[in-house]
Amino acid sequence: MHIPDGFLSPKILIGTGAVSALFVGAGVFNAKKSLGEHQVPLLGVTAAFIFAAQMLNFPVAGGTSGHFGGAAMAAILLGPLNAILVMTVVLVIQALVFFDGGLSAIGANVFNMGVTGAFLGWGTYKLLLKVLPKGKSGLLGATAVASWLSVFAAAGMAAVELGVSGTAPLKVALPAMLSVHALIGIGEALISTAVITTVAVARPDLIPALRRPEAEGAAV
Amino acid sequence: MTKQTKVFVIAGLGVSLVMGGVISFWASSHPDGLEWVAGEKGFEDKATENEIQKDAAPIPDYEVPGVQNDFLKVSLAGVIGTLICFGLALLLGWVLKRRKHPAAA
Repeated sequence: MHIPDGFLSPKILIGTGAVSALFVGAGVFNAKKSLGEHQVPLLGVTAAFIFAAQMLNFPVAGGTSGHFGGAAMAAILLGPLNAILVMTVVLVIQALVFFDGGLSAIGANVFNMGVTGAFLGWGTYKLLLKVLPKGKSGLLGATAVASWLSVFAAAGMAAVELGVSGTAPLKVALPAMLSVHALIGIGEALISTAVITTVAVARPDLIPALRRPEAEGAAV
Repeated sequence: MTKQTKVFVIAGLGVSLVMGGVISFWASSHPDGLEWVAGEKGFEDKATENEIQKDAAPIPDYEVPGVQNDFLKVSLAGVIGTLICFGLALLLGWVLKRRKHPAAA
């Protein structure tokens, strides 16, 4: 879902760029205040995983493919602001090293796949944890729905940006983007759930929702 | 960093390198969701290429230039990108991490 140059109007580029810059700034501020030393290697490995998984386009219906996004997964593991930092690292490298995603559209791509994906994914996850049964099944259900929604909403945002930019009428772009990404979101949910399951088994202490209150703040 | 975390990070990086460096060769080459919609709805022509960005990108389109072997050119791109993202996020985290309070130092 990397938007190339030429699709978005200057207004949208500047608007999404400004909002993304604000959130990246908040991420930097938040990290300076609260990023623990033990989380630093986790940022690295999450960025590496998201980059690699994004290369694995999987086929979906009718000659289309989709790939992993990763914002919801990162937000579940690291919190939404750290997730935005990780997504920004990946998107900047993709644009500068691999010519994937337009340079002028980097703010829009960070906004759609990073900010929207991380916050909506994280918010949905937190909400569902309260509603669903405690324990691993609730955790996985919340992960699946949150990650599906993160892709669906990012696609919706991209469609709105295309519509407002006058690139495609919103009534054409929105249903097309949402229907394709409703399918791609299933792949997103499967990958995120597989990762969170693996982490929940190997290192339950790394998932805040599985942490017992008395273990909070324990050395990692 | 505890031994447990070291094992976790090495395993995670290992899985990522296998995905980016091996499995990526078999990734679908169909257009992704946005590209497909752009083609289907007739606005793909509006995409432009920033020549400076294209010339400056060392590995355009996830294929290392000059490598003849079809597998290797993608595999190397995946390994390089995975390591750059790992290193850059690690560096960012290391620069930004919470400093200990002076009293605790």
